[in-house]
Amino acid sequence: MTATVVPPAPPTPRSPSGSILRPRKATGWRRFKSGLASVLFVLAFVAAAIPLIALVYYVTREGLKVFSWEFLTTELPFSQRSVDGGIGPAVVGTIVITVGATLMAVPLGVLGGIYLNEYAGKSKFGALVRFLSEILTGVPSIVMGLFIYTFWVLRVKEQTGFAGSLALACLMLPVVIRTSEEMLKLVPHELREGSLALGSRKSRTIRTVVLPHAAPGIVSGSLLAVARAAGETAPLLFTIGATQTANWNLFEGTNTALSVQIFGNANSPYIPAQERAFGAAFTLILIVFVATALARIVTVVYTRRVSGKS
Amino acid sequence: MTTEPPMTTTLTPDTTIDGVATLPPTEVDQPPAAESEVPEQEREVVFRLSEVEVFYGAARAVTGVDLDIARNEITAFIGPSGCGKTTVIRSLNRMHDLTPGARVMGTITYHGENLYSGKVDPAEVRRRIGMVFQKPNPFPKSIYDNIAYGPRINGTRKRSQLDDIVEHALTRAALWGEVKDKLKSSALGLSGGQAQRLCIARALAVDPDVLLMDEPCSALDPIATARIEDLMHELKDNLTIVIVTHNMQQAARVSDRTAFYTAEPDEEGRRVGKLVEYDVTETIFTKPGDPRTEGYITGRFG
Ligand SMILES: Nc1ncnc2c1ncn2[C@@H]1O[C@H](COP(=O)(O)OP(=O)(O)OP(=O)(O)O)[C@@H](O)[C@H]1O
Ligand SMILES: [Mg+2]
Repeated sequence: MTATVVPPAPPTPRSPSGSILRPRKATGWRRFKSGLASVLFVLAFVAAAIPLIALVYYVTREGLKVFSWEFLTTELPFSQRSVDGGIGPAVVGTIVITVGATLMAVPLGVLGGIYLNEYAGKSKFGALVRFLSEILTGVPSIVMGLFIYTFWVLRVKEQTGFAGSLALACLMLPVVIRTSEEMLKLVPHELREGSLALGSRKSRTIRTVVLPHAAPGIVSGSLLAVARAAGETAPLLFTIGATQTANWNLFEGTNTALSVQIFGNANSPYIPAQERAFGAAFTLILIVFVATALARIVTVVYTRRVSGKS
Repeated sequence: MTTEPPMTTTLTPDTTIDGVATLPPTEVDQPPAAESEVPEQEREVVFRLSEVEVFYGAARAVTGVDLDIARNEITAFIGPSGCGKTTVIRSLNRMHDLTPGARVMGTITYHGENLYSGKVDPAEVRRRIGMVFQKPNPFPKSIYDNIAYGPRINGTRKRSQLDDIVEHALTRAALWGEVKDKLKSSALGLSGGQAQRLCIARALAVDPDVLLMDEPCSALDPIATARIEDLMHELKDNLTIVIVTHNMQQAARVSDRTAFYTAEPDEEGRRVGKLVEYDVTETIFTKPGDPRTEGYITGRFG
């Protein structure tokens, strides 16, 4: 080894204060740009938050005027002018119709997402399914209501909660398919390989490794779809009919829903009806909120269980 | 790493005896067969690769791989980055089936059966031929469930039996002491080196016939590396190991045979990996038959 002469390295650059850790002085222009950007971010956030906060505040304030256990459980009044009566049947209707739609759309949608991401690959059929489901996403909800009306209600000659569930399920399905596919796409390829390398079959790998990993995302996406569906009015207008009394039976008899009550009562010139509309709107927000919270808790517990604590 | 001499293990030397004559012949002298630990007639061929080529889409990644991998031996794959070591080792348990566009040409037999025949069940192939990947890939499950995953696939349900398998596998992979009190916590909380040992334990838990290890020690400290190397020696009695490594000393220490690959431009100037030389490890490291092997090895040992 021959010793070579190495020129001394230049000293570490320091800021005027002599520190190498504190920021070097920003020029005026840079500082201005940075400040401007911060202000814009805050403004954008405020602009986005104001309508949300205002809406929740206003609906809550107005809704609480009539909100009570009575209001939630008593039957609808026969006259819009009546100050008595509640929205019991609509609460029941929204719950059974939305649950019915969720039970149809979510499993089917998740299976569709699994098919598209895990099995279809680049096949023509997969591309077709993907394309159709994208088109389905863009179908206006009223069209979906009319579709179920002509294809189901006119055929069975009865308006039922189930017909409403069908219409809502059609709305939810493409959203659930899309989210499931996207979430499955995010599952690292290495995990699938790890499972298959142990002699696991594809179906088992999907069930035990891929789905648990994607579950939180799929649940979030599905919840959005459910929440949207719970508030839909148009698909229910032709399909579920109307009722004054609570109907827990999804498959027989006409039904009603909170969204339909909001629609009907908010258009009314009578103050008691308008108040009921606010009460119903507040109730709907509450139901969606509670359902979302519950689903999240279930997912967290489930993911903890399959993935171990910590 | 110190510059200890590469040879620290006894090696099974001879390749020129009948029965393994298909192992690539070399132009250099062979040490006498008398010192062989394993009697020649017992050394059966597990994998026989002939004219194997692997394509990713239209791009040829490796070509001209002809080699026999003998049972109860450790075969090391060495060579510069990108020369196709991972590509070849993945072709041994049909991992390429999962890569869209990847194609394996030529023939690979496993105990004489064509590995890529349509009648072969890839799941069964992978159960018998375990793999440890270059990047640790623990499942987002508890440590226990990671190890128990394979046995459960094979129908082991009894808790006491699974407990035993888990403990045994983790002990062998030199991880038991570190995790025995937190078997129920997530495997994602492990350090990189611990995760890699978990993956080794997971592969061992299904009791494979062959273990393919793609740089299993690149994230491990010298102590864990030594433990894994000891484990490999121990496992050799029961299974066949193929290991990819960038660590020359490791290849020299643990392997019986070494395959040296390199990547060279083909006629169209695209870099394609190829097998340069395959021989008894001692020969590769002391009297390599190809100047490229020598260059690579001496470059590393400076
Ligand atoms: N999935 C893939 N798709 C396309 N090309 C690939 C893929 N995997 C590997 N290759 C290419 O094949 C060649 C060989 O890669 P391979 O991973 O086998 O190298 P390696 O010898 O394992 O390298 P390293 O030592 O860095 O791990 C490289 O040129 C790489 O770019
Ligand atoms: Mg590699």
